[in-house]
Amino acid sequence: MADTDPVVSLDNVVVEYGRNRALNGVTASFSGGAVGLLGPNGAGKSTLIKSLLGFVVPTQGQMRVLGLDVATSPVDIRARIGYMPENDAHIPGLSAVQFVAYCGELAGLPAADATQRAHEVLYYVGLGEARYRNVETYSTGMKQRIKLAQALVHDPDLLFLDEPTNGMDPKGRDEMLDLVRDLAHNKGINLILSSHLLPDVEYTCDEVVVMDKGRIAAAGPIEALKQPRGRVYELRVKTHGELEAFFDRLTAAGLECHSTDDDVVRVFVPGDGGARQLFSLAAAEGVQVRHLRPSVPTLEDVFAHAVGED
Amino acid sequence: MPIHDQGYRRYGGSRSRGRAWFVIFTTGVRAMMRSRWWIVVMIASWIQFIVRAVQFYIAANFSQAAVVAPSAATFRDFFDKQDFFVLVATVMLGAASIAQDRRANALQIYLSKPLTRLEYICGKLSVLMAFLLFITWVPAILLLVVQVVFAGNFTFLTANAYLFPAITVYSLIEVLTVSMCVLALSSLSTNSRFVGILYAALIFFSDALYGVMRAVTGGTAVSWIAFSNNLAQLGDVIFRVPLRYETPWLVSLTVVVALIGVSAVILERRIRGVEIVA
Repeated sequence: MADTDPVVSLDNVVVEYGRNRALNGVTASFSGGAVGLLGPNGAGKSTLIKSLLGFVVPTQGQMRVLGLDVATSPVDIRARIGYMPENDAHIPGLSAVQFVAYCGELAGLPAADATQRAHEVLYYVGLGEARYRNVETYSTGMKQRIKLAQALVHDPDLLFLDEPTNGMDPKGRDEMLDLVRDLAHNKGINLILSSHLLPDVEYTCDEVVVMDKGRIAAAGPIEALKQPRGRVYELRVKTHGELEAFFDRLTAAGLECHSTDDDVVRVFVPGDGGARQLFSLAAAEGVQVRHLRPSVPTLEDVFAHAVGED
Repeated sequence: MPIHDQGYRRYGGSRSRGRAWFVIFTTGVRAMMRSRWWIVVMIASWIQFIVRAVQFYIAANFSQAAVVAPSAATFRDFFDKQDFFVLVATVMLGAASIAQDRRANALQIYLSKPLTRLEYICGKLSVLMAFLLFITWVPAILLLVVQVVFAGNFTFLTANAYLFPAITVYSLIEVLTVSMCVLALSSLSTNSRFVGILYAALIFFSDALYGVMRAVTGGTAVSWIAFSNNLAQLGDVIFRVPLRYETPWLVSLTVVVALIGVSAVILERRIRGVEIVA
């Protein structure tokens, strides 16, 4: 496999759970480095990863991982990848070092090498002091770390990380993201990080694939996706009438409005219209503009644009 | 460089393939040997061996004790008596074997490694089968050896040359059947206690049902209803002793094969990296 080849490629992949179509004709390719798999809950991110692992068999389409066909070489693929599942997962009755060494042996490492690497990897993920404790006594954050350790112990070429910061406190989350970033940027491990948390993906990944309703909604380098195809403003307004009517007018004029956690609305103005267009629309609707600030496009804008949120 | 100064390093060593089941086997055996209760059960399961060895010694050295001299029926009876320990060991080890992995979501860890579902099942099966053979086949074969040693000749062994294969074949049939059945049940639940109770209940319930049917029909032709009766019937055929039930042994064999087949189908369907609720 050449360096320029995609580490993962999918061609018209369809996965169905009964009548529910979880992946709906997904065609995509993931280049090397760190790629974020973004999407709201139920978008099909976890299904995509589980399909690539061979846990779920697509009803249609082809998938290749590291140049190998998932349908014909699942074991060869799994020898070269690491998987950090979304939910709690461990082998019961083992200490952390036994668990990770066991996973190394299952991946084909000799017992002595597996044990040595288990110690190293546990130190690397920050569990060095707790490595002789039974995994069942671990906190949620520690369980996330041990899942990363078991995925790393056999030194995979590609890592699948499914919501790696789930349930972690802010400090632990930052440390986990630093680890992920270090793996991708300094240790030469390709990774696909599935998350619904935009800041996590933006911090750790170079590229992003946005999924929605079982389809690819957008894909590409984050910086390229964030390139403005117009201008973005933060807007706060006051009106005596219905705010929705004003937003409807903006939308009708071809502008995109995305509400944020604050009382600020992010407005995307395509083309060269700029603030002048916003002011004229506000004046026409009898709305007072209390705050208008140019902003830079964020991954959140890309995501909202891709999945059609408002 | 001390370990704690090292960051993540790439691995340049060797990797092997196809021994994952053996890794599961050795880890499973080591884990069980750490349990005090398990050691107690294993030791207790060898009490009958000691008693039989004493019996063989007496029969070989005291002509007045010819009545306790070993025969093929002695070895058949040895397996009947060991059934209790087979049940205890099966419930203690087999019930938790897959149920605990399912409870801890360990299947997705296992199956994200380069091993197949068959290797996983073989690994789990081998742990249980190894211990069950330790309380059936190993002491039975050692009893044969003990008999030769105490008698000081091969007369008994040559007169009963079929005993070695009989012991081996019956042990394998019994151990494989109970192991497959309990593993299949274990894969259906995340609660090992429930699985243990369910397995024991199935044994006792089918025995009780057979008792009722025997009373109603006045014969033993319906013995195939009870799980353990089928193994007993096959044991009698293999050890060339009079059959204890009227059921044709081929019927018992069919039931045993069907049980193994159904268990294999259940395991094939339940051992998955992801549980799909459609």
